[in-house]
Amino acid sequence: MGKATFRIWRGNADGAEFVNYDTEVSEGMVVLDAVHRIQAEQANDMAVRWNCKAGKCGSCSAEINGQPKLMCMTRLNDLSLDEPVTVEPMRAFPLIKDLVTDVSWNFRVKEKMKPFTPRPPDAEDGTWRMEQEDIDHIQEFRKCIECFLCQDVCHVLREHDLHDEFIGPRFFVYAASLEMHPIDTENRLEELKDSDGIGYCNITKCCTKVCPEHITITDNAIIPLKERVVDQFYDPIKKLFRVFSR
Amino acid sequence: MASYETHDYDVLIIGAGGAGLRAAIEAAAGDLKVGLVCKSLLGKAHTVMAEGGVAAALANVDERDSWRVHFADTMRGGQYLSNARMAELHAKESPDRVRELEAWGALFDRTQEGGILQRNFGGHQYPRLAHVGDRTGLEMIRALQDHGIHQGIEVHMENTVVSLLKTGERVSGAFGYEREKGRFKVFSANAVVLATGGVGKAYKITSNSWEYTGDGHSLAYHAGAELIDMEFVQFHPTGMVWPPSVRGILVTEGVRGEGGILTNSEGKRFMFDDIPELYVNQTADSPEEGWRYTQGDREARRPPELLTRDHVARCIVREVQEGRGSPHGGVFLDIAWIKEKISNAPEHIRRKLPSMYHQFKELADIDITQEPMEVGPTTHYIMGGIRVDADSQMTAVPGLFAAGECAAGLHGANRLGGNSLSDLLVFGKRAGEYAAQFAEENEAVPLDTAEIDAIAAHTLKPFENPADDGSGEKMGPYDIQAQLQEKMQELVGIARSQESLTQALEEIQNLREQAENVHAIGNREYNSGWHTALDLDCLITISESIALAALERRASIGAHSRDDHPEKEEPGAGKYNTIVNKAPDGTMEIRRQPVDELRADLQEIIDEIG
Repeated sequence: MGKATFRIWRGNADGAEFVNYDTEVSEGMVVLDAVHRIQAEQANDMAVRWNCKAGKCGSCSAEINGQPKLMCMTRLNDLSLDEPVTVEPMRAFPLIKDLVTDVSWNFRVKEKMKPFTPRPPDAEDGTWRMEQEDIDHIQEFRKCIECFLCQDVCHVLREHDLHDEFIGPRFFVYAASLEMHPIDTENRLEELKDSDGIGYCNITKCCTKVCPEHITITDNAIIPLKERVVDQFYDPIKKLFRVFSR
Repeated sequence: MASYETHDYDVLIIGAGGAGLRAAIEAAAGDLKVGLVCKSLLGKAHTVMAEGGVAAALANVDERDSWRVHFADTMRGGQYLSNARMAELHAKESPDRVRELEAWGALFDRTQEGGILQRNFGGHQYPRLAHVGDRTGLEMIRALQDHGIHQGIEVHMENTVVSLLKTGERVSGAFGYEREKGRFKVFSANAVVLATGGVGKAYKITSNSWEYTGDGHSLAYHAGAELIDMEFVQFHPTGMVWPPSVRGILVTEGVRGEGGILTNSEGKRFMFDDIPELYVNQTADSPEEGWRYTQGDREARRPPELLTRDHVARCIVREVQEGRGSPHGGVFLDIAWIKEKISNAPEHIRRKLPSMYHQFKELADIDITQEPMEVGPTTHYIMGGIRVDADSQMTAVPGLFAAGECAAGLHGANRLGGNSLSDLLVFGKRAGEYAAQFAEENEAVPLDTAEIDAIAAHTLKPFENPADDGSGEKMGPYDIQAQLQEKMQELVGIARSQESLTQALEEIQNLREQAENVHAIGNREYNSGWHTALDLDCLITISESIALAALERRASIGAHSRDDHPEKEEPGAGKYNTIVNKAPDGTMEIRRQPVDELRADLQEIIDEIG
């Protein structure tokens, strides 16, 4: 395949810019391979986060030619190599260095959410009985590899910077996986409405489009959660019922 | 004096994969202060790569299963070199460890009755692997992570430990750096648990990530602990071979568990040609019987594709060497053929093996529901590791514990698929429990600050080493790592000999000298070159221990094959483990230790079941 040029974001919070690197490319290579080759041969100190190189750990999130993607799952065959390939860090998070961003906010968000709280076990050996068809949709949510690309692309975070008021698509998926879990007993709807800011989501589905695990974030997680919030807090009959049952 | 921040803990856990997280949860169950250090972000550790399942004799699918059968399977798979007490504890306790995950939110695939579903895997007599499609490791690590973050554990993400600290004979903490700014951190602790995983990055073709540089093995070795059976490196039979950039990425054994078959360029199912004596009675006579086994027929015996990993890997190498390989130097793994047997095969395959389907579709343009995959062996796991007490997981160094892949004993000469996820749960819990107990029973010891200054200076040395030694050919950290990987692959791989191993030891020595003088460019801020330079010491130490142990074992057993000693046991040598430790003069020593005689009740199980 010959040579290709990669335009890579280099620098830290004090200042950064694109730097062009030419490198050899060969059949089947993914963007992460090219970045690694550049790192090994031309830029030893370049910062890039990665682990599994098989789309399973969600570490190597970046923006490739402006598209939020995993570097390990983006094949060079699918890009035009006639022009430089642009590789930059996720823009919704503060830059640490080069392609690495500070995603610690996501970990803090999760810690604040109410944990899984199962009902008492169904059987004496401490286990539960669940039908496969009742857990299929939650297993979809649990495919999430926490790459945070959905957070990166969400305009509420990316453009409006509402990190203090809005938990983002990843954590709506997480909330859905708990709320719809057949043996969970906790109720998270009040937080979803208030501190988690689910109302900010105007279902543009950008998150669903970039999910490398193909989780239907908006349709299967966010919209059903919005419906539950509406049912609990805005249904006039239920509201009346609550007033009288106090 | 070096500048560093200090963190004080009762128990410090190094590594946050399955074993580390499970140990941290257990250690934090009382009111101890627990710190958890991980090299990557939380939840990204290698456990996420585990696909097929976690082995536990729940007997949900076949009520004939029990801890006794699981014990016997593990011992047979390990060629009877395993620590029998560990195999016993593992078989007895893994069902509870799996059930407990469900209480923490894990959602395994279900049986018709609504219990945890189990699947067939190589070397396991009954369907035993609890699983979630082919992403079981992700489910496990997420369940542990999401539970763990509410247990008051302090997590240090993207921190690497470069040395353990000792005060007298006891471990007293650890020294490391944080990746972001390269600042030093000193952790003081009453007890330390190593849970750092494996060593795959010592090889060129591996399913392991950059993190797998044998850190725990090396830290323990330098602190005075022993390493056992380091020659047993598992080459998983099925890694991807094409395109070159994905070479080594794992293809789960679950493909074969679901009916996938191995064929050569002549279209022949070559695994039927060579069935080891230990397994003749358990292996199918015909493809038809093998298929019935994978579909849950309890009277059928397993197809030869589900023999142990060491054997399958060797058969694949033989096919390739004898000219019957696939176009890119592997063999064919075919799951698409099951459309002859079931009507909705493509949908069935996508449901049972979703991540394999995507992996091949996206990385190799192959639709596994329609065409065969090309696969070949990849360095996957190390059975050898830090020698620990079977019950407590404590090493020879008081206060230092180890669990998971970096510890050893359970798997003997070969690990069965699915036994690593259960290993890390069972022994992660035990390590956390006993480390907590040790921390409570022993007073804290003061840190030795002089030692800390020396380690800090050594850690910064790559920046001070000259960039050029005048030869114009001085190797950088990545070059040294790549050369080590080439040499280990070539000389200490699946087929070994006295000649190749002696040469390997020389090459490793040469690379050690290069690594001591390696130069890192740039500054301390998230500098991958510097990190790679620092990891070299661990990689070189464990590479030497693997080559040395491989040279010592003059026989071919389990995952260790010597071209010059094809017989299973050295005449008159009996069964033994190899033990490596650091001699007082700083060199690496090796000795043999006979395997203990089995306890009578455990021997009875072996005699009865196999």
